[in-house]
Amino acid sequence: MRRIAVQAGDFDVAAELAALEALGGGGVASFTGIVRGDGGLIALELEHYPAMTQAQIGRIVDAAMTRWPLLGVHVIHRVGRLEPGARIVFVGTASRHRTAALESCAFLIDWLKADAPFWKKEHFADGASHWVAARAEDDSKARGWGG
Amino acid sequence: MLTVVYFAWVREAVGCDEEQVDRPAAGASVADLVTMLATRGGGYADAFADASRLRAAIDQRFVPLDTAIGDAREVALFPPVTGG
Repeated sequence: MRRIAVQAGDFDVAAELAALEALGGGGVASFTGIVRGDGGLIALELEHYPAMTQAQIGRIVDAAMTRWPLLGVHVIHRVGRLEPGARIVFVGTASRHRTAALESCAFLIDWLKADAPFWKKEHFADGASHWVAARAEDDSKARGWGG
Repeated sequence: MLTVVYFAWVREAVGCDEEQVDRPAAGASVADLVTMLATRGGGYADAFADASRLRAAIDQRFVPLDTAIGDAREVALFPPVTGG
């Protein structure tokens, strides 16, 4: 009922959703994050803290499962070099109720952005590259869930 | 000895992703370690001169920089996270 994966390869959204649908709840919600090709971006490079990432995502999932009555949670985060249009992250939740599925999905992606050990570096067509700066807005969005 | 690991631009500035450093004095915090690393100059000074740009983890748990290192095995230093 919980699946957490940190991987270089792509994932199959339909298969993830089907697994969540099979849990017998009345509702499944999901979020898929995609690399945007803004401003001549040719690739995103995602670095993470391998010894910590899985456990830290587990703590975020624990918090969601404590707060909402969830039948299942799937979190998949890719690492390595990703080009525009590539999927980066998937969060899927299954519950007997739509509010729990939708709210927990939003909670999970907000906390993944603010509190999981990933760092993005942007590479541009002109050869420039730089580390993405964290946005205070992402942090306050996560904290906005309270408790 | 204490294992210190670096990520993102901190890793690039210091030029390695992991190293062993002399264990700081008893009671020292992560911020004290950062101050000590900054005195090495070069890329270390670039990475560690301004502690407000840094975040930390002790033994794979996020901690504020004023947390005591105690008998931790691993301290990680990195910029604010940007996943998702």
